Amino acid sequence: MFESLLVANRGEIARRVIRTARRMGLKAVAVYSEVDASLPHVREADESVLIGPAAPARSYLDMDAVIEAARRTNAEAVHPGYGFLAENAEFARRVIDAGLVWVGPDPEAIARLGDKVNARNLMADAGVPVAAGTREPLHDVDSAVAAVAGIGYPVMVKAAAGGGGIGMSAAYDEGQLRAAFETARTRAERFFGDPSILLERYLPGARHVEVQILGLTDGRVVALGERDCSVQRRHQKVAEETPSPGVEEPLRARLLAAAVRAGEAVGYRNAGTVECLVDPAAQEFVFLEMNTRLQVEHPITELVTGIDLVEQQLLIAAGEPVTFDAAAGVRTRGHALELRVYAEDPRRFLPGPGEITTWEEPAGDGVRVDSGYAAGDTVTPFYDPLLAKLCVWGADREEALARGRTAVGAFRVEGPKHNLPFFAELLDHPDFVSGDYDTGLVSLMRS
Amino acid sequence: MAEEVHAEMVANVWKVVAAQGDTVEDGDVLVILESMKMEIPVVAETAGTVTELRVGEGDVVQEGDVIAVIG
Repeated sequence: MFESLLVANRGEIARRVIRTARRMGLKAVAVYSEVDASLPHVREADESVLIGPAAPARSYLDMDAVIEAARRTNAEAVHPGYGFLAENAEFARRVIDAGLVWVGPDPEAIARLGDKVNARNLMADAGVPVAAGTREPLHDVDSAVAAVAGIGYPVMVKAAAGGGGIGMSAAYDEGQLRAAFETARTRAERFFGDPSILLERYLPGARHVEVQILGLTDGRVVALGERDCSVQRRHQKVAEETPSPGVEEPLRARLLAAAVRAGEAVGYRNAGTVECLVDPAAQEFVFLEMNTRLQVEHPITELVTGIDLVEQQLLIAAGEPVTFDAAAGVRTRGHALELRVYAEDPRRFLPGPGEITTWEEPAGDGVRVDSGYAAGDTVTPFYDPLLAKLCVWGADREEALARGRTAVGAFRVEGPKHNLPFFAELLDHPDFVSGDYDTGLVSLMRS
Repeated sequence: MAEEVHAEMVANVWKVVAAQGDTVEDGDVLVILESMKMEIPVVAETAGTVTELRVGEGDVVQEGDVIAVIG
């Protein structure tokens, strides 16, 4: 096992990775930009290195600066967290070429799965169901209009190299498609440096359900249950739960088996997530994409399995066995819920950075808070709006929701805008309480 | 009657779409701000002429700052 780890990220995920690294006896190294110098992840690391100014391109996305920080601190391994460089095959390659251990899948797997068109084709060939869609990347709007003939409206327009819902929108006719294509192409170019577009049949009323997988050192791929991520605004997740209330047992078995097959098809190693759309009425699913990294919402899987996913990532990266008996299958217990506390207003979900004057986290049975900030810190406009992940566990869904309500009420944040009032609403909304909801829930709540 | 258009949040100015002297309609995009990985278009809330444009691309604006004046 390596003895030191650099975490190439910031905020709550850097803190969360540092916590496990230190528990395992590793030296933890943090990196930070000028505006993040006083954040908890910097204080809690054994060592920290300033890597540049606030703009992500000149700090957290600067591969040279991150690798140089590892060299200077004699870090032996690099954990990328999520976002930033986490799904950048070139960065993974450069980390390995610098003689460091990369905590993630092989750069080849990242590259093959990062292109959504390629990933869909790979999955279809491996026998994993995919929605009707384009098999080649699209570069101009007229070929997109022509491609719809074989797919049918409505279609989802996405950046082939994209993620995080950026540039994504649904089109119900040619006029909407032309507008959506332009938006998606501009954003894809800007955010991902690749303007290729993918069209996929859009399924209204679907649930977004994903499966956590781990590709082990010995080559086996195991599934650790699913997460339902249907509570979304602007195609971005705001709350997740496991198990999914929309997935019945036979479908769960098929979903997990397909996710394992998806991982095996690419010889996947380390933690990954297979995202699917589920039609709850038909109890059918289609593959959406695969995320080749630790997922934001991984804590709810940890809460129901008792398995520390970051620890497994580090062990796999070191070529060691995981801490649980993979052959026996992973059992889950109870129900867990994650609420993403964002620095945004709870009505329109527009960003509201600012200085944190009050920060009091809830605590108690079954409550876990992964946060990136404390009182006195300033939330700046340079990075994503995630302040904290409020996670709760209960013996069943009802208890998890009840604990969620109490915890939301006890979480006090003043200074930046925040969406805790939205969660109070969500946890009392009849559709959410019943479990019978889909990706349209937040729009419905705000219509 | 001059109408001030304000920033609703701390943000970076990503794109300046309108220019001083432009004639704009209610709802036309003046500038596009970026905050927390989100693009936020700032629109004219009245028709008129852009008499002042107080921000440039790359500027940081604070909540309440005047972005433009429509006369």
